[in-house]
Amino acid sequence: MAISLRKKQQYSRWVQYALLIVLALVLIVVADWPTLIQQVFNPTIIADQFPEVLTVALKNTIIYTLLGFALGLTLGILLALMKISSVAPYRWLSTLYIELFRGLPALVVFLAFGYGIPLAFQVRFNSYVTVMLALGMVSAAYIAEVLRAGLQAVPKGQYEAARTLGMSHTRAMVTIIIPQAFRIVLPPLTNEVILLTKDSSLVYLLGMTVSQYELAKFGREGLSAAEAGLTPLVVAGFCYLIITIPLGLLARYFENKTKARSRK
Amino acid sequence: MSVAAESTAPAHASVTITNLHKSYGSVEVLKGINMTVEPGQVVCLIGPSGSGKSTLLRCVNMLETPNQGHIQVANHEVTDPDVDINALRQTIGMVFQQFNLFPHLSVLENCTVAQIKVLKRDKAQARDVALKNLAKVGLADKADRFPDQLSGGQQQRVAIARALSMDPQLMLFDEPTSALDPETVGDVLAIMRELADEGMTMLVVTHEMAFARDVADRVVFMDGGVVVEEGTSDQVIGNPQQPRTQDFLSRVLNPTGVGLEES
Repeated sequence: MAISLRKKQQYSRWVQYALLIVLALVLIVVADWPTLIQQVFNPTIIADQFPEVLTVALKNTIIYTLLGFALGLTLGILLALMKISSVAPYRWLSTLYIELFRGLPALVVFLAFGYGIPLAFQVRFNSYVTVMLALGMVSAAYIAEVLRAGLQAVPKGQYEAARTLGMSHTRAMVTIIIPQAFRIVLPPLTNEVILLTKDSSLVYLLGMTVSQYELAKFGREGLSAAEAGLTPLVVAGFCYLIITIPLGLLARYFENKTKARSRK
Repeated sequence: MSVAAESTAPAHASVTITNLHKSYGSVEVLKGINMTVEPGQVVCLIGPSGSGKSTLLRCVNMLETPNQGHIQVANHEVTDPDVDINALRQTIGMVFQQFNLFPHLSVLENCTVAQIKVLKRDKAQARDVALKNLAKVGLADKADRFPDQLSGGQQQRVAIARALSMDPQLMLFDEPTSALDPETVGDVLAIMRELADEGMTMLVVTHEMAFARDVADRVVFMDGGVVVEEGTSDQVIGNPQQPRTQDFLSRVLNPTGVGLEES
């Protein structure tokens, strides 16, 4: 008896579901639960992490991210406008900057700001300034590209229509082009903030005091406690998710909101 | 020079184009165009694609900068390097092939944004003007919609209302029906016809030969960056003298190459 194509696809799907369930069951049966909990989800060690993991580490991660994003967005807007400028040297400068900071590992930039520049120029920054410069200048390169793409994704006819109505270049950009570009860049821009949140873990390279620890450093320091296992890092990891998952949801909310507005 | 201040005085502008040249790199698109549009006249620019008619239209409000020659609109030199082009553009309405409505603004806001930001009208006045013009194009009931909720023909009518809300002295139309579904073309052409009857000065690039024949005071046939033939619509469309005009018209009016000649 021949089986129809649709039936075949149905069976194939059931087989895939079944395989996944079997795999999950095997993992549950095979896992050494007491050791696993002892090493990774140890309740005593989890309790030891609080409240500092929130009041110090999470707080610092958020502060570093916000500092970096503030500089990154400001510099990114400037670089994006330079990149689409009709003045060629602006475009060259912007391209040079973006290629440089996008091409170098963030780790190298942090080392440069932490040790290279202070040594070479005999200057000493406040540690928050160093964090802001290092995180901000790296993210500015990515943010600039996101913004440039957004600005250029707005059809040329929009600019022409605005100018035809007597708007100046600046007025057309502010009233017509940038609001449309903003909608386009919101999802990729949220991505940048999430990347920035994780990049802030590199701050440890600058040699922080205990009160300046952010999540990743805090988690690693916690590993040295007796019987700690991996639990401190797992707690720190969950704290990152506390920041990044709502950011993703927020981006989706904005995306849906703008869509809903135009379909009302 | 205060163009804006005069925008209430003479209702309709004239256009004078003298020896206009425009090149893109080594390609010369306009090779010395001379043309006059009297106040209240409707002039249709026809010709094959690539003939330079859209470029000519876009030179009139300086969306394209000509390399040589002069354009005057209502005695203001558009091509003067010192001209306040933003002020001059307030008096020149333009309608595009692709509508170019602002998708992030409602239909009403599309018609008020430039009135408020450029002409500095207060919101209530801008709203009144916008609603009056939306009523004129038959879309007052769509004022709170967004552009992507409208059909192509409706969007183009909003674009006309948006341009009219600036109280222009001259309207430029760049193939306004070329992107429309056939059944919505008539609505747009009807509004343009109404504008023409009201005495608006209009410069229209179009492939709608029936519209050119019925509405245009003068028809200009362009090919290869020059004006090949111009005159009344009866002369140019009804009885063309130049072989290139005859060839173009026979292709446009009878694209399948069969059937009767245009009488």
